[in-house]
Amino acid sequence: MLKHFITLQWKSFWRSASLTSGLFMKLFMGFWAIWLIIMMGSGGVGAFFFFKEELGLDPLEVINRFLIYWLVVDLIFRYALQKMPVINITPLLLLPFNKNKIVSFAFGKTVFSFFNIVHAFFFIPFSVLLVAKADYPAINVLLWNLGLIALVYSNNFLNIILNKKDNLIFFIGGIMAILGALHYFGYFDVTTYTAPFFQGLYNTPFLILIPIAIALFLIFISFRSFTKDLYLDAGLAAKSKDVKTENLDWLDRFGKTATFLKNDIKLIKRNKRARSTVMVSILFLFYGLLFFTGSVEAYDGPVWRIFAAIFVTGGFLLSFGQFVPSWDSSYYPLMMSQNIKYKEYLSSKWWLMVIATLISTVLASGYLYFGWEVYVAILVASVYNIGVNSHVVLWAGAYVKTPIDLTSNKRAFGDKQSFNTKTLLLSLPKMALPMILYAIGHYAYSPYAGYALVALAGVAGFAFKDKVFDIIESIYKSEKYKTISAYKQKN
Amino acid sequence: MIAVQNLTKTYTGKTVLNIDHLEIQKGNSFGLVGNNGAGKTTLFSALLDLIRPTTGHIESNGIKVNESEEWKSRTSAFIDETFLIGYLTAEEYFYFIGELRGQNKADVDTLLSGFEDFFHGEILGQKKYLRDLSKGNQKKVGIIAALIGNPEVIVLDEPFANLDPTTQIRLKKIIKDLATNPEVTVLVSSHDLMHVTEVCERIVVLDKGEVVKDIATSQETLKELEEHFNK
Repeated sequence: MLKHFITLQWKSFWRSASLTSGLFMKLFMGFWAIWLIIMMGSGGVGAFFFFKEELGLDPLEVINRFLIYWLVVDLIFRYALQKMPVINITPLLLLPFNKNKIVSFAFGKTVFSFFNIVHAFFFIPFSVLLVAKADYPAINVLLWNLGLIALVYSNNFLNIILNKKDNLIFFIGGIMAILGALHYFGYFDVTTYTAPFFQGLYNTPFLILIPIAIALFLIFISFRSFTKDLYLDAGLAAKSKDVKTENLDWLDRFGKTATFLKNDIKLIKRNKRARSTVMVSILFLFYGLLFFTGSVEAYDGPVWRIFAAIFVTGGFLLSFGQFVPSWDSSYYPLMMSQNIKYKEYLSSKWWLMVIATLISTVLASGYLYFGWEVYVAILVASVYNIGVNSHVVLWAGAYVKTPIDLTSNKRAFGDKQSFNTKTLLLSLPKMALPMILYAIGHYAYSPYAGYALVALAGVAGFAFKDKVFDIIESIYKSEKYKTISAYKQKN
Repeated sequence: MIAVQNLTKTYTGKTVLNIDHLEIQKGNSFGLVGNNGAGKTTLFSALLDLIRPTTGHIESNGIKVNESEEWKSRTSAFIDETFLIGYLTAEEYFYFIGELRGQNKADVDTLLSGFEDFFHGEILGQKKYLRDLSKGNQKKVGIIAALIGNPEVIVLDEPFANLDPTTQIRLKKIIKDLATNPEVTVLVSSHDLMHVTEVCERIVVLDKGEVVKDIATSQETLKELEEHFNK
């Protein structure tokens, strides 16, 4: 029976429509995976020597203090990135497969996920060094590792449960954010309570039963909730809520563009996948904290300020704009057989991005706390985003032919086709150009000259709006048939 | 008037459509029948410029559909669910199509009020997005949306499939009414020989992409078609 599942998986992977043209993306992902493995491995080695030689501390104790955050960050990454164990279940239900078998296979797949294995690249070298260089007893280190493996897998199944419940992650995330903040400002240190537990995994052999029990419990819970929901009208059903017709007539003042603008706002409000771009842009609002607080040394250079400010104000612009026109992929044939003015269609998306950028700019006024120079950088980046990036993003999007399944948000970060050489090339002016412009002004004359140059580029960008829209329109037209057939292929 | 010239469509060496010449007169109600894979949807898609023909072209009112977009304002279609916007309610969808076709809300409402019995109380005011409607109800929405904005050419692919008997009968009446208007050309494809002989003045049979029969509907047509497909 397992053989059947594996052949089905194998075929669905190799025959998926997006794979054929995804070679570049696979190389790209492979590169990142190797990079991450190397970073993890050298992190394990580096952490050991840094704690031991430089700080003169017990490396194991230091690691144990921060393990709780390690696990939390792992969970957050999983929630955002790890794909759920979906196999195409409905056609299997009627076949003589035991339901437990179907769920076991789906779960079994997640056990080999990169998210579980990547931890080993940090902890194995670290543990080997503990035993070899610092004479820790091998048995205890082994037990400590087993405990960690159990906790990593607990995270794996906790993530499966969290993915089913919509709001639980915000609850957990909220608690963690509060604990982290309390720790940072020195009011309350959660690690003083968790560190002894992790240390105990090393010291006291029987304590390992706790993480194993947690893992088994979570496996049991998630398994039960999956098997229970294996009905067309339960877990496999699309949820539907009562909704009401919306008018949005007040948008009619935007003229012809309003027709599409009204639709786009509904698109964002009513689809999980589109809503998650709004979430991303909110997260990007806080991205600047990394740069402006001086917490990451490498980012202290003045040029990085512009880099951060582009993201702070342009989170929505970058994440939404890159998928125009893919947002409309599920009804693209309709659009193509209606008498649509591409300019109006595009300018609706453009207005959305401009409005979102302006809102982000206002919300980012909190950065005034770090000095008004920081906020000037944000204002300047905002002008550049509106003047230049809004067009470039739409232009790059015209080459993206990934159909978007609006109702699910799991692929938001993993789209295979969303990267191709053309979009990568077009992403250069988005980030690099404003940084270069600023650097020229900054080093040749003064920081203000740098700001002025970037802002000037933004203002100049407006002049090219019509030109760029013309180019995009001609791309849409010349690629029309290819786009329609690409959007037809769903996974 | 619609004219098909030397139209072929080839996918990876396999010809799925091959029509030398076919003319559809203005005001006609035109039926397309054929087994699965006969090329019905391919022909309609080519007519709507959704696929690029391998050779040849289609003219609508003297305009090649792949060269100008002028035909779009006079043509409407419902092919499949890719013509619906899943996250809109039925009303929102109708108004959106209306706006694209230059109709205000009042115009759309007037049109819709004529189809209340067709909707059978399951479409308007449903508090549901189109994606959550049943297949049959989605089809009703798509068909009626294709009538918004006084189109002169209406293309309906398999309009009878998935509909309940009552709605099928009502739909036949709607199509017949449309056909009485000398300005409106209706193109319908179907697997149901009875329905199509009832509503169409002319029936073309496609087989493996080629026109094998071209009949002006009469009393005998249904029998003739049944014999053809019973071979």
